[in-house]
Amino acid sequence: MSLMLNDFLPAAPEIFLLSMTCLILLVDVYVPERYRLVTYQLSQASLVVTAILVMLLYPAESVLTFSDSFVLDRMGSVLKVFVLLMTYFAFFYSKEYLRARNLFKGEFYLLGLFAVLGMMVLISGHSFLTLYLGLELLSLALYALVALHRDSIVASEAAMKYFILAALASGILLYGISLLYGATGTLDIGELRSAIGAEGEGRNIVLMLGLVFVVVGIAFKLGAVPFHMWVPDLYQGAPTPVTLFVGTAPKLAGFAMLMRFLVDGMVGLRGDWSDMLILLAILSLAVGNVVAIAQTNLKRMLGYSTIAHMGYMFLGLIAGTAAGYAASMFYIIVYALMAMGGFGMIILLSRAGFESDRLDDFRGLNERSPWYAFLMLILMLSMGGLPPFLGFWAKWSVLRELVAVDMVWLAVVSVVFSLIGLFYYIRIVRLMYFEKPTDHSAVAAPADMRVMISTNALAILALGLYPGALMALCISAFAI
Amino acid sequence: MLADIPLLSLIIWAPILGGIWVLIAGGERNVPTARVIALATSILTFLLSLPLYTRFDLSTADMQFVERMPWIAAFDINYHLGVDGISMPLVILTTFITVIVIISSWSVIKQRAAQYLAAFLVLEGLMVGAFAALDSILFYVFWEALLIPMFLIIGIWGGPRRVYATIKFFLFTFFGSVLMLVALLYLYAQGGSFAIADLHQLPLSLTEQTLIFLAFLAAFAVKVPMWPVHTWLPDAHVEAPTGGSVILAAVMLKLGGYGLIRFSLPIAPDASLELSGMMIGLSLVAIVYIGFVAIVQPDMKKLIAYSSISHMGFATLGLFIAFRIFADTGSMAGAGMGVQGSLVQMISHGFISAAMFLCVGVMYDRLHSRDIKDYGGVVNTMPIFAAFMMLFALANSGLPGTSGFVGEFMVIMGSFKANFWIAFLAGLTLILGAAYTLWMYKRVIFGPVGNDGVAGLSDVNGREILFLVLLAIPVLWIGLWPAPLLEILQPSVENLLQQIAVSKL
Repeated sequence: MSLMLNDFLPAAPEIFLLSMTCLILLVDVYVPERYRLVTYQLSQASLVVTAILVMLLYPAESVLTFSDSFVLDRMGSVLKVFVLLMTYFAFFYSKEYLRARNLFKGEFYLLGLFAVLGMMVLISGHSFLTLYLGLELLSLALYALVALHRDSIVASEAAMKYFILAALASGILLYGISLLYGATGTLDIGELRSAIGAEGEGRNIVLMLGLVFVVVGIAFKLGAVPFHMWVPDLYQGAPTPVTLFVGTAPKLAGFAMLMRFLVDGMVGLRGDWSDMLILLAILSLAVGNVVAIAQTNLKRMLGYSTIAHMGYMFLGLIAGTAAGYAASMFYIIVYALMAMGGFGMIILLSRAGFESDRLDDFRGLNERSPWYAFLMLILMLSMGGLPPFLGFWAKWSVLRELVAVDMVWLAVVSVVFSLIGLFYYIRIVRLMYFEKPTDHSAVAAPADMRVMISTNALAILALGLYPGALMALCISAFAI
Repeated sequence: MLADIPLLSLIIWAPILGGIWVLIAGGERNVPTARVIALATSILTFLLSLPLYTRFDLSTADMQFVERMPWIAAFDINYHLGVDGISMPLVILTTFITVIVIISSWSVIKQRAAQYLAAFLVLEGLMVGAFAALDSILFYVFWEALLIPMFLIIGIWGGPRRVYATIKFFLFTFFGSVLMLVALLYLYAQGGSFAIADLHQLPLSLTEQTLIFLAFLAAFAVKVPMWPVHTWLPDAHVEAPTGGSVILAAVMLKLGGYGLIRFSLPIAPDASLELSGMMIGLSLVAIVYIGFVAIVQPDMKKLIAYSSISHMGFATLGLFIAFRIFADTGSMAGAGMGVQGSLVQMISHGFISAAMFLCVGVMYDRLHSRDIKDYGGVVNTMPIFAAFMMLFALANSGLPGTSGFVGEFMVIMGSFKANFWIAFLAGLTLILGAAYTLWMYKRVIFGPVGNDGVAGLSDVNGREILFLVLLAIPVLWIGLWPAPLLEILQPSVENLLQQIAVSKL
């Protein structure tokens, strides 16, 4: 079979990004240290152009290419645009932080770009091989990123833990894939789907085992309970810009992986995997929300909060309808936007030698800077799910779909946990507004950083006041 | 044309924008400007709300001043506003009380004054939004969002245990609300609409109705508050700054009663009938038991807080007594008396509780104590103040000629039609109310001058007289001539009764 130019077109953004990354790799080797900013600027430019390419190629219907192992569809395109957007923000927020700590090196951006490429391949993967390829490209880049600050003991510990557990997860996933291959004789998602049948006619014990291993593998990658052990350590230990990056864009890729495996590939086994997801969701909600209360480190607290948010994200998939998938996608995008703002705020308040990652560092922020206290209030209450912020609509969407399929009990369980969750988010608000500051220094951050973080937080408010457009975008991604 | 002006939107958004303006133009460095902007905004909002009354059509129960725009098209959620005879007086109550609060805090709040004023203005807009929303999701957004400014008001400017009180307040109300959200989503799943009017028409089985009623009750009972979920209120009231207590008692509690009227009764009429015995029982516990609790309070604010719970018990009693009257006698008139009495009670309580909290605030600003034992003989040094407080204390105990009497009397009259013993227990409040209010009044105001602090008190100044007079006017007006208010309520209450008289089974 010969490949024509048309076969390459659906993957044009990925090909462009790969070429640019290789080019930047070369440039970075040859530019002198004082022009290091060039690497950063080129990386940002590549992200922007890639995003434009993705938007230009926004498909009317799904297009398969490379022997059906790569798919260009609307869900993928929407997710890719947000992955690129979030990476852009993550690079932006990281610039001053890395400079102040003498970490401003080309590696950060190059590894970031390779991770983005991995995410894009993962999002578009339509066979087990491309999915695995994308996942590993992403993971390998992330291992190195977490260990970027190699003199820091905490960071090294986090990286080690992450590497070992993620490698284990990859192994489990791969074993699951091999079982699926053994049961159906195919690596192709579409063929797997027809082998299983719409109502699970082809269900057998090997297939079920494969499904269990795949779900466990994905749950590891997403950090759902009981496979969450690495998340808090990674969030706390990694340098904040890396935490920011790991905590946002890869979540979208993880969602895509879930969709490709479970919905595109094994929709016939929905009854089986949705039971597993119910268990994962309830455990994640419980552990994430309850354990977060006991944390004194904000990054670690947000790590537990991520676990809880993954639980909410599962709820839409459990509903198992197109609207439910759209609600989950809306949730994960909204969550990533909020997490970006939250970590961005930690970066903004930190300076060389002071990480600003303890809860106490936010004490009395309202007296030091009412504006940033207000932005942080938006971010925290949005994560807690309070209207009129965007986070409320995310919870509203997944709950709506759960109730629509008569799973009111699960909706009630999740809102009870959201009450517990709210408690630790308002604790931050309490510290900022009701306590006296211990540190009276003014917030010093460059103007562009201030503008970006304000945009980020105000977007959460503005989109919360008018959530219709983003919801409609997510719904259209699943409309057939 | 005046008719084309989106009046309700203006009343909602003018204070919110005014609040932002206070922060930008005034800020903490320029508090006098902030005060002027805040006062101007609140007065402007109040004036904007007056046409709701003057241009109100008394002959219809339909929603008036309706605005409707698509908001989230995918789920048919609309920015849908309107008022009827039930919500219109509550909107005006909100805008009026906010003016009072801004005046009352004029020179009292010294710390972060601009943020304080802005929080109240934003809160005003959100409360009006909750009263005017005709789409359940829009209502929910306003309902939940108003927790945020209130949380900050209690937590930043409150008393020593403010953090505990505000978190308790926040979590209590949030828990009720999320259950209501699930109920709303369930109704959407059944009927495919979030419009409140559509929800009223939706047929539901008794089990469904009961569960939905209970979910709504979790939200509204906490807000009213009904016994036994009232425990957040004394804490919140005691720790809140004076303005916060006033808004909390005068307006925010009314949201709970309003929610029962707008959601629980018409959406789940059969369950309301089924559970009316329980609701009447809880209301009577609130009226009688909490009345006794109020008597022994050593703290004036706590005493008034408990008195609020007792008075709001009347509001819920009036609503659910209507069902008993229906079931037992089929009399529309008697039921109407109960519901109308409940609404009058809510509005009157808005003015009286605001006045009582402000009276305590006036004394607190001078001596920084809320304990009854720290006072005594205040009349000797503050005669004008004592006279005003006398009026409000008598209104609080339900003296004929004040607004406090009208609502209670109507509810008791309605209760007689249902059951003598309910009416008897409810009637006890006239004794209990007089006991706790007047005994407190006696200990604080009368007698020999209690201590040096009291001896050095200065009487109310012009600003304080202004807000006390402003509150005395409606208290006396509704007490002496309630007809205008009843006329406004009449068509909407009749309409509500017709809705709830029809079984949805």
